[in-house]
Amino acid sequence: MSAVQSRAQPAHLLLLQSGLTVGARQHLALADCRDAVVMWRLALILGWFDIRLRYRGSLLGPFWLTLSTAVMVAALGILYSKLFRMELHDYLPYLALSLVLWGFLSTLVSDACGCFTGAEGMIRSMRMPHSLHAVRVVVRNLLILAHNVVVIIAVYAWFDVWPGSVFLLALPALLLWTVDGLAVCLLLGPVCARFRDIPPIVASVMQIAFFVSPIIWKPDLLQGKAGALMLLLNPFYTLLEIVRAPLLGAVPSGPIWASALGYSLALWVGAWLLFARVRGRLAFWV
Amino acid sequence: MTRVIADGVHVDFPIYHGNSRSLKRTVFAAASGRLQADARQRIVVHALRDVSLSLGSGDRLGLIGANGAGKTTLLRTLAGIYEPVQGRVEVEGRIGALLDPNLGMNPELTGRENIALRGLYNGLARPAIARLEEDVHDFAELGEFLDLPMRFYSSGMIVRLGFALATAIRPEVLLMDEWFLAGDAAFMDKATARLEAMVREAEILVLSTHSLAVVTQWCTRVVRMDQGRVIDDGLPQEVVDRYLGVEQAADPAATVAVG
Repeated sequence: MSAVQSRAQPAHLLLLQSGLTVGARQHLALADCRDAVVMWRLALILGWFDIRLRYRGSLLGPFWLTLSTAVMVAALGILYSKLFRMELHDYLPYLALSLVLWGFLSTLVSDACGCFTGAEGMIRSMRMPHSLHAVRVVVRNLLILAHNVVVIIAVYAWFDVWPGSVFLLALPALLLWTVDGLAVCLLLGPVCARFRDIPPIVASVMQIAFFVSPIIWKPDLLQGKAGALMLLLNPFYTLLEIVRAPLLGAVPSGPIWASALGYSLALWVGAWLLFARVRGRLAFWV
Repeated sequence: MTRVIADGVHVDFPIYHGNSRSLKRTVFAAASGRLQADARQRIVVHALRDVSLSLGSGDRLGLIGANGAGKTTLLRTLAGIYEPVQGRVEVEGRIGALLDPNLGMNPELTGRENIALRGLYNGLARPAIARLEEDVHDFAELGEFLDLPMRFYSSGMIVRLGFALATAIRPEVLLMDEWFLAGDAAFMDKATARLEAMVREAEILVLSTHSLAVVTQWCTRVVRMDQGRVIDDGLPQEVVDRYLGVEQAADPAATVAVG
């Protein structure tokens, strides 16, 4: 028999026990995340296959994403610049950037809902770290974002507006997004697996968030102290702004970063506590 | 040291059908004290009740019992997919689980891509994945089909691919459900040879099946389950004889069906 030997690994020991303390659960949840990190290549490939599958047999492949975003940006840009009486030169780069970034956030949140239910087949046929499915969702969405960045660059080049070196400030913000994305998956994934009517609720919340946050309209339309406070309390705005502002050549203010970090921290704590609590039950829920 | 230990394992399945799964119902139930008791009374299936087992190197355990006796749940629990609500499971050794025919493979991906995913799952490096592909290709004899999406495969092809894949990574503990018996006769011969070679190397096999012939041929020990409990445990011939004895007492015609 010719068999492929697994790469030398430390002794495989599987230990499942009931009646765990809170501390032991945290420990197992941590081990779950560590195992997912070890399998990072699998997560990358799974995310990449997801995109490739969606466009298998199509001529443009994943660049359909780019094309559809480009068409939407052009159509909305021309219409809204007339509606809001704004210079296309000023408005279109803002809109292109906002739409692409918002597209990432909203798809990530809606994918997070199906993070575990969508992987039912894998979850029920072998033991794997549950957080791997969260990494897969985030990887898939980052790859989609990478395809859409082409649209932003094209708009910048067309109007010859470049943000300058300030754009580097968007990098730590994107890192925060990645970590937040994993947390959203670990929070919404189990909840949506347990309660099947959460995904539609999440979808409508995201739709409302799209209209109440400055995405197609500019934040400076909201004036006065009350307006500024409203913006700062909106997690979608502050999280969006920490990436968007540097890419438009501005430095996000301290309060905006503070708000984004505060909401992120709350998200992580919530996601972690929930995930550690329900990790062992997930296989029964999907 | 390869071993499998289950100690007083209980596994409960919550059944969230229709309404009890809905948020609305839970919220309303929490809001009104009268309904609370109702919502708390989830329907739970006791899939495994106080199951204890201990297996060491070279053991080949057959699980028999009626449908719904808990055989597959026990395999899933030993594979670490379901975690016990009570008790302890300890498995030392690399686990290979052949639980359902598609093995968590994605039917939209080609056989080759699914092999690569399985290789990555097992922590193989690129050259090892290439060898794995070759090994599975030779054994499963899928030819050109290996490069087609798996949804075009016949069920026999899926079984062949799954079996080849699960045994190629050479698990130390192989947990197998009976579906693999769906292969054609020629494949069964190959499969038997491959599995025997594997088990000869002092690994552990846990096989769930309805076929008493398979159990007596392959296993060194048999556990009979009923309603989530272990009700008999011993050498294959003994357990099978007792099983047939019970069947015969209940219905003399049954021996014909199971024999």
